[in-house]
Amino acid sequence: MQVIEILIVGTNKPILATIERLINKEGQWVATLSYSVKEATSICLEKDFGLLLIGAGLGEDEEVALKQQIAILRPKLPVVKHYGGGSGLLFAEIYQALATS
Amino acid sequence: MAQTVVHKANTRGVADHGWLKSYQSFSFAGYYNPERINFGALRVLNDDIVTGGMGFGEHPHDNMEIISIPLEGELQHKDSMGNTATIKAGEIQVMSAGTGIYHSEYNPDASKPAKFLQIWLFPNKRNVTPRYDQILLDATEQKNEFVQILSPNADDAGVWIYQDAWFNLAKFDAETSKTYQLHKKGNGVYIFVLKGEVEVNGQVLETRDGFGIWETDSFAVKAITDAEFLLMEVPMEF
Repeated sequence: MQVIEILIVGTNKPILATIERLINKEGQWVATLSYSVKEATSICLEKDFGLLLIGAGLGEDEEVALKQQIAILRPKLPVVKHYGGGSGLLFAEIYQALATS
Repeated sequence: MAQTVVHKANTRGVADHGWLKSYQSFSFAGYYNPERINFGALRVLNDDIVTGGMGFGEHPHDNMEIISIPLEGELQHKDSMGNTATIKAGEIQVMSAGTGIYHSEYNPDASKPAKFLQIWLFPNKRNVTPRYDQILLDATEQKNEFVQILSPNADDAGVWIYQDAWFNLAKFDAETSKTYQLHKKGNGVYIFVLKGEVEVNGQVLETRDGFGIWETDSFAVKAITDAEFLLMEVPMEF
């Protein structure tokens, strides 16, 4: 089974912790948390990820900046925005992003 | 020419957790169907049955407009903004999750299940201050009309949300036909039949069927039998 590393970025720590728990529970996915655009881009430089998931708390300007930097640093890394803050939409968002990447 | 999509009731996702049985019109939690992700800004339409005395423990949300419409029984709501309330059939509850909210929903009546629709829409404004509201609808006794229960406007009928969406409930006698006029260009309408049979654009819909229609300014709905249904007008691009 191929394990997919998923980098999560956001600022709402309780929601990010929920997302991390849900992702790690799946077995085939492993979550890494980051709490700012700067931290996320820094981690991306050091390690390969299969998916970047934008979680709760980033402003729209920060999201745009993050996507621009990732497009330069890791142009093949799929980026998906997570909505809803919990389990409802998370898996469909990840499945879709991985299927289209 | 109008575009349409039909979701028959028996093609929905089903989750049975013992305390919760959920019929899901769009991909949700463990149900994933790439052909059923959303209808425009409408992302979740769950037809939920919660066993008496059970419910959803405290859990978070952000950046989503969450609407609950009880159909039978009651739900007790608590949230991180300090709201405690009970909603029952004939009422509607709305939460703008915005920057983040925690809430729980329990069926306080151990003797009977609570049935409700859980509806999520993508918001048109992100990171808003979370808000909660619930109102008593006067839709239940008005027959043969589209009765507005939700809009984007705080001073309009029903609850309001951060999205250019309008919801109407309708209770039609058999053979009643009415034309629905869309409020905004670019919107579509998802019709969910609560009870009975209706016909829309030549398509016969039965209880719990869903039907989406877009690229049109208006359409007629005809009740074949006595029928109740929900019309959800939402932006197709958002």
